[in-house]
Amino acid sequence: MSAAIEVAGLSATYGPGAIALCDVTFTATEGQAVAVLGPNGGGKTTLFRALLGELPATTGSVSVRGATAYVPQTERSRLDFPVSALDVALMGAYARTPWYRRIGAGDRALAREALQRVGLADRASERFGALSGGQRQRVLIARALVQDAGVLLLDEPFAGVDRTSEEAIMRILDELRAEGRVLLIATHDVDQARRWDRVLCLRGSQVAFGPPAETLTNAVLEGTYGEEIVVLDCGHRAVAVQHHAHSHSHSHSH
Amino acid sequence: MEILRSGLLQRALLEVVILGATCGALGVWLLHVRSTYAAESLAHAMLPGLVIATLVGAPLLLGAAGGVLVAAALIAVAARDTRVGAEVAVGVTVTTAFGLGAVLALAPAVPARLGELLFGDLLGTSTPDLVAAAALGALVALALGAGHRSLTAAVFDPVAAPSLGVRPGRIELALLALLAVAVVAAVQGLGNLLVLALIVAPASAGIRLGASLRGQIVLASGLGALAGLLGLVASAELDIAAGASVALAAIALYVLAALARPAAPRPPGSRRSPVEALGSG
Repeated sequence: MSAAIEVAGLSATYGPGAIALCDVTFTATEGQAVAVLGPNGGGKTTLFRALLGELPATTGSVSVRGATAYVPQTERSRLDFPVSALDVALMGAYARTPWYRRIGAGDRALAREALQRVGLADRASERFGALSGGQRQRVLIARALVQDAGVLLLDEPFAGVDRTSEEAIMRILDELRAEGRVLLIATHDVDQARRWDRVLCLRGSQVAFGPPAETLTNAVLEGTYGEEIVVLDCGHRAVAVQHHAHSHSHSHSH
Repeated sequence: MEILRSGLLQRALLEVVILGATCGALGVWLLHVRSTYAAESLAHAMLPGLVIATLVGAPLLLGAAGGVLVAAALIAVAARDTRVGAEVAVGVTVTTAFGLGAVLALAPAVPARLGELLFGDLLGTSTPDLVAAAALGALVALALGAGHRSLTAAVFDPVAAPSLGVRPGRIELALLALLAVAVVAAVQGLGNLLVLALIVAPASAGIRLGASLRGQIVLASGLGALAGLLGLVASAELDIAAGASVALAAIALYVLAALARPAAPRPPGSRRSPVEALGSG
């Protein structure tokens, strides 16, 4: 799998007069996971939409090698809709199945395999909305596997997820990385961002890009979050983001 | 039963069963997309078209189609203004259209057919009416079948749908177009007001009772057809208005379904307005 992302001088906008994102330049090569860190409205979603080809670049260029899957926040999908975990995984085969055909046996096997990989083989027929937040997130990752995506764009995959599921999701993402897939992980959690190969800080425009240890300095974090940041005095930094559906603040006492 | 001996009632029965099955299936999607308001609006907004068709002696179907197209275009134009918002745009357009239709219909020169336009004339179903309803119903059913997966992705996950190869905007528009077709098909038999009962009630019952999407659609279709049958029999036996009996039968079936399966507690994260909660149960 030779997936890769190359973005150079990208600006993208939803409409005239509303610059949503500008001046983004970064690369992600095979097997790399990039944390996309920034406040809400900082341009994480805009970047994803540009990478998906749903939003044209007004300037600059975007090149994505490999099929691209979007893994949304599970709270954004309809939880009262009567689809099972398997149904959702099968959606990964929609794009390659013509409307007049049934989904093939091969794709059904693939969907079951994908659910097995994320540890949910026994929940395949359960209604999606009845699963826990972490389980739903894993089903959506399984859907991306059925899409056979080389590039996965994950929108806050750890938001509203319990500790056990978080560890399970981390393990899956590490496996996907080891297979050479490229991961972009949108987050507003600085500690989360430290775990990955690279971090891209966005606040309307690109604040910084590089390996987390070198990139996540106090100056960069202040540039990314402005007054919203709370810098704690024990080597760890905590970010409190306001006005967000899953707003939470981390405090560390060690 | 007497109902089987009269050609008039046979045609009415066939018509209402076709309409019930079609509206039931379509209604499940409309409720899942939460377009009940759009459904009601579109049905009402075609009134001027119906009145004009009556005035010039054109087929009702033609007037209904014209009315729906004009109303849909006006709503689309009005909703483009983001300061106004889609719901206000729909409200203003529909009220205007309905008022205009009423003014036209109540003008002294117009034959008194307003009641028929609003409440339908099931027993007046002619063979051409029946053929038209069957063709339009088949069209809706085929389109729903062909678009099943696209609808599923668009409703379940509109944000990720484009990356799954589905354009949710187009799909919702297509669903509204199908709604227009269904309303056009139903206006002769059930009228502009009562058609809503067949779109909303059997679908609500189907959603209550069915575990899977296909189950819900099959149940809603069956219950819609059953409501048509029961309503027509009741109207013949009790000598009451046919369209209204069908609407009441549909509502009664929904109440039974709601009693059999009380609403489950809402899963976390699903937000509904009180109006939607009333609409979809």
